[in-house]
Amino acid sequence: MGNVLALCEFSGAQLKSSALSNLAFARLAAAAHGGDVVALLVGAGAAAAGPEAARFAPKVVVVDDPGLAHYLAETFAPIVAEVARAQGATLISATATALGKDLAPRVAGLLDAGMASDVAKLDGKDTFIRPILAGNAYSKIQITTPVIVVTPRQSEFEAAAALAAPGQVSTAPAGALDALGAEFVKLDAQKSDRPDLSDAKVVVAGGRGMKSGENFKVLEQLADLLGAAMGASRAATDAGMVPADWQVGQTGKIVAPNLYFAVAISGAIQHLAGMKGSKTIVAINKNKDEPIFQVADYGIVAEWEKAIPELISEIKKLQATR
Amino acid sequence: MKILVPVKRVPDPTQKAKIKDGHIDLTGASWIVNTFDEYAIETALRLLENGAENARIPGGELVVVSLGPADAAKEIRTCLAMGADRAIHVVCNDAEIDALTVVKVLQGVIAAEHPDVVVMGKQAVDGDANQVGQMLAAKLGWPQATFAASIELSSDKAALTVGREVDGGVEYKKVPLRSVVTVDLRIVAPTAVKNGVTPASHKYAGEGARLPSLKGIMAAKKKPLAQATLADYGAATPPVIKEQSVTLPPPRAAGQIVADIPTLVKKLADEAKVL
Repeated sequence: MGNVLALCEFSGAQLKSSALSNLAFARLAAAAHGGDVVALLVGAGAAAAGPEAARFAPKVVVVDDPGLAHYLAETFAPIVAEVARAQGATLISATATALGKDLAPRVAGLLDAGMASDVAKLDGKDTFIRPILAGNAYSKIQITTPVIVVTPRQSEFEAAAALAAPGQVSTAPAGALDALGAEFVKLDAQKSDRPDLSDAKVVVAGGRGMKSGENFKVLEQLADLLGAAMGASRAATDAGMVPADWQVGQTGKIVAPNLYFAVAISGAIQHLAGMKGSKTIVAINKNKDEPIFQVADYGIVAEWEKAIPELISEIKKLQATR
Repeated sequence: MKILVPVKRVPDPTQKAKIKDGHIDLTGASWIVNTFDEYAIETALRLLENGAENARIPGGELVVVSLGPADAAKEIRTCLAMGADRAIHVVCNDAEIDALTVVKVLQGVIAAEHPDVVVMGKQAVDGDANQVGQMLAAKLGWPQATFAASIELSSDKAALTVGREVDGGVEYKKVPLRSVVTVDLRIVAPTAVKNGVTPASHKYAGEGARLPSLKGIMAAKKKPLAQATLADYGAATPPVIKEQSVTLPPPRAAGQIVADIPTLVKKLADEAKVL
């Protein structure tokens, strides 16, 4: 018997989509642990998202303090660990986002908890299935510590549905905040009106063969036509053609959209690890021998310079008939 | 400045994964230094040297530590050949250890060695767990800067400003020394590491970490490589994470090459029903 503490990222009064996936995982875990889901909101202004979180979890704990205006693992981890103790949590989950991946192992360290990263599936109380070797194999691991920390993969758990009746919101103190000398300096934000890469239904990704950032504009036209997020291979992000947070792959974002366009991407295993869960994959590449064609459902052997404008015009034609 | 770089050997990721008795078959596998750990060594060297003059700044030290079986000594020598000054090899079988064991050993090494900073790869490319750096920082009560894409040493040499690639942009975080930094791919970009000695205009050449030079390989043979055991660090406890089995994902069904764009759009709309 133990509760499941689910850390939920939020923006204003809304939960992020990553939080809804985490709550879906947390419900499965809570059933296995014989306890309740406790949603945890931490940050300056967290109280605003309390009512929204209560739509999805029977219990919500809010830790709202002006000293938490910027995320720091050093200040957040002790709070998560303390709330976990107070709530009798035997499992703590945080989606494998940039924040979750930074924070969760630190919480595990504070609690001497064994941890399962990037979990794709839960098998009972303490056994988890997770990808290893860049997604080329799946490992089933059992963790025997009294408290377990998990980062579920957003792409593997569909957003939780709202509860019939909203849960209870309570608050907990932040305690004495000690950043251990660490400071948030600044965030160079990449502003975008496109959907989040992590949960977009359609992704348009470009690779080294795009040759320059300027050339990505035509892919952005395609993306905007389809309401898609933009992605890229490591080769394109390393070359500085596009922002680093567009990177899809073993060490970038893991995506599983309904439709994934891989344009001028060769298909290195590190890239495939980030996108081969996509439902339908379209590869456009001038070289028919590239490994990307081995995972693609549909392949077009052509130069992107010719194929993409034609694709845009054909999709426009299709959209006009609807 | 004294830098500790924990490293792990991993099976060469270009080999195809095979299963034997429900686990990955590593018979005859070739091994490499985990890519991110190589990047950590590269980062440490860039912090410790004048890159323009290709010379170490006097007084710095780079110590490598690795847990692994006896034949992992080969990969540890590679780290020495890249430029690490000495190494500690905690000899153990991979089945005896998990992330918490590794953290316990590293805590012991840090207590004995007193490094100013721990620089390590953000994850090993076999287990892909991405845990040890953060867990270690928690256990030490040190600050952490994970997923570093750039590092700048402050002019008073007391702090690091680390550029971290996060969702939605690049976050800059300042941590004092006695901290754990885990490095991401772009830390090996030409100007990603600034130590205040290497001229800011200096651009490192090449992609990725430096290759050991012939001179480095010769020198590595004479560099100290100390052996230790898990028990030396009080870490000889059974692992709490056990791998029960490994399976290979089913291959994706064979796709089709489509003749032209109008056919592609028609198939995406009618067959795959995704447009």
